[in-house]
Amino acid sequence: MTSSLTRRPAPGTDTVSVTVPDPRKRRPSRLLGSKWVAFAFAAPLIAYLLVFYAFPLIRSIDLSVHDYTIRAFVQGNAEFVGFENYAAVLSSPLFGQALLNTTLFVAFSLVFQYALGLALAVFFRNNFPLSGLLRGLFLVPWLLPLIVSASVWSWMLNSDSGIVNSVIVAFGGEQINWLTSPETALTSVIIANIWLGIPFNLVILYSGLQNIPIDVYEAASLDGAGAWKQFWSITFPLLKPVSAITLLLGLVYTLKVVDIIWIMTAGGPANSSTTLAIWSYREAFGTGQPDLSPAAAVGNLLIVIALIFGFFYLRIQRREATS
Amino acid sequence: MTARRSWWKLALGVIFTALMLFPVYWMVNVSLTRTQDLRLSPPNIFPVNPTFEGFEAVMRQQLPNLGTSLLIGLGCVVLTVVIAAPAAYAIALLNLRGGRTLNFILLVAQMIPAVVMAMGFYAIYVRLGLLNSVWGLILADSTIAIPFGVLLFTAFMSGLPRELLQAAKVDGANAWRTFISIVLPMSRNSVLTVSLFAFLWAWSDFIFASTLARNSELRPVTLGIYAYIGNNTTQWNAIMATAVVASIPAAILLVVAQRYVAAGVTAGAVKD
Repeated sequence: MTSSLTRRPAPGTDTVSVTVPDPRKRRPSRLLGSKWVAFAFAAPLIAYLLVFYAFPLIRSIDLSVHDYTIRAFVQGNAEFVGFENYAAVLSSPLFGQALLNTTLFVAFSLVFQYALGLALAVFFRNNFPLSGLLRGLFLVPWLLPLIVSASVWSWMLNSDSGIVNSVIVAFGGEQINWLTSPETALTSVIIANIWLGIPFNLVILYSGLQNIPIDVYEAASLDGAGAWKQFWSITFPLLKPVSAITLLLGLVYTLKVVDIIWIMTAGGPANSSTTLAIWSYREAFGTGQPDLSPAAAVGNLLIVIALIFGFFYLRIQRREATS
Repeated sequence: MTARRSWWKLALGVIFTALMLFPVYWMVNVSLTRTQDLRLSPPNIFPVNPTFEGFEAVMRQQLPNLGTSLLIGLGCVVLTVVIAAPAAYAIALLNLRGGRTLNFILLVAQMIPAVVMAMGFYAIYVRLGLLNSVWGLILADSTIAIPFGVLLFTAFMSGLPRELLQAAKVDGANAWRTFISIVLPMSRNSVLTVSLFAFLWAWSDFIFASTLARNSELRPVTLGIYAYIGNNTTQWNAIMATAVVASIPAAILLVVAQRYVAAGVTAGAVKD
């Protein structure tokens, strides 16, 4: 059980990155067949990527530079408008708010997920009885369907009947309208998202900790460094590359979060929890009238932001893999 | 470490785990609560008068949705393995030209927000008449698992001993025969890992379901729960009971995959 946890694919929500060995490093003579045989085995994947990745993406770019109404959509004669949709999105008063909400959502989620994940990883590094089992149980929030987690949190944060408010009231506090007040809606979804992200951070950081040789700590211990000092002078600096990977990957995943926010608050009230991803989703599918052109414009801006950070991640990962 | 200290840590670990899993406990607790007790203030911390009302509602109303989700999940598993495993074989063992580029594309593909993919699929499906169909959802959901599957299979197959392939070649086996009778059987743990995750992600999917199957007769269970939340906010015990049932695959994966994930995954997000 202990080894299984360090080696699980460590994604946050729905994706995973795996360090793939560089084929150039070892290129033996062709074992089986020609390069055409190799291509034949990869052909279904290549066809799949073209049809189910490239095509939808091209279609979404196409949507964003046309003015698609429902009718034009079915008939396929939408008017070409160039960057008008992008201009409209960027000049919309909602853009600033959505960008701010996205930044707050991502920043607070990441900071707390990382801090709590790291604290737990350090804690679980001491092997105590049942630590493997408990660490395994920590994965539960990550494996649950998001609709399940989101609806549980919705009910826990319910104003009148939620457990959170009854605890607050029991300690003499005031009832908080978590999901229905514009002041707390964003905080509520951030809390739920932090809970969801802790397992991912715990798993990656824990496996990073496993790679720090134990004798470094023993040497520090002999020099009289306490646990706190050891953490700041050994653990944290040596964990920096892993931390960078965790945070960047987390950032890319958190940017695209839709489910949890949509189910808990639908971006409301009064757009107080509308992020870019939610904005895009709502324009496209949140109302009876799909308005795909502006939605695609917002979505494509989101892709650009995600890919910028994604390339930072890939660079760091590659540097790590070659070092 | 003295025994005493390690007991302290165990106690602390149990407290942390309990805090972390409280929402899960709460889901089970509410699912067993009687409808008239749902609005109690303060709520019952334990199911004082446990009832299966909620689960009866699941049996009455959600069974077809659970069946749909099962079908979509299984379809997704088959599609993922059939496409990902041969491709990984080509990249890892047949020295596919452009294999590195392909890996890079797969890594980037995972970063694309699902909401954008959903829009693209929607626009395509409207024309093809694939909206509100199980097939359409299987195809869309598989985009979550296939890049992961290829990367995982590639990592695993790269570690297979080359001598085996040499031996197969000496025995006169061609690439296809080697794949079917040597590489796949040896990769069964990673096949299982990929299958489990492909199933779980398809089962859990909300974005594609809520966009591509909005008006479907055959709804996956995630939409079943979503419709519950929208319609009857009084029946939270039924919502939570459905949530409990919808969590079963995750629970199975946690118990089963512990074993196979260990054997199947040779590389994590962090270089070992």
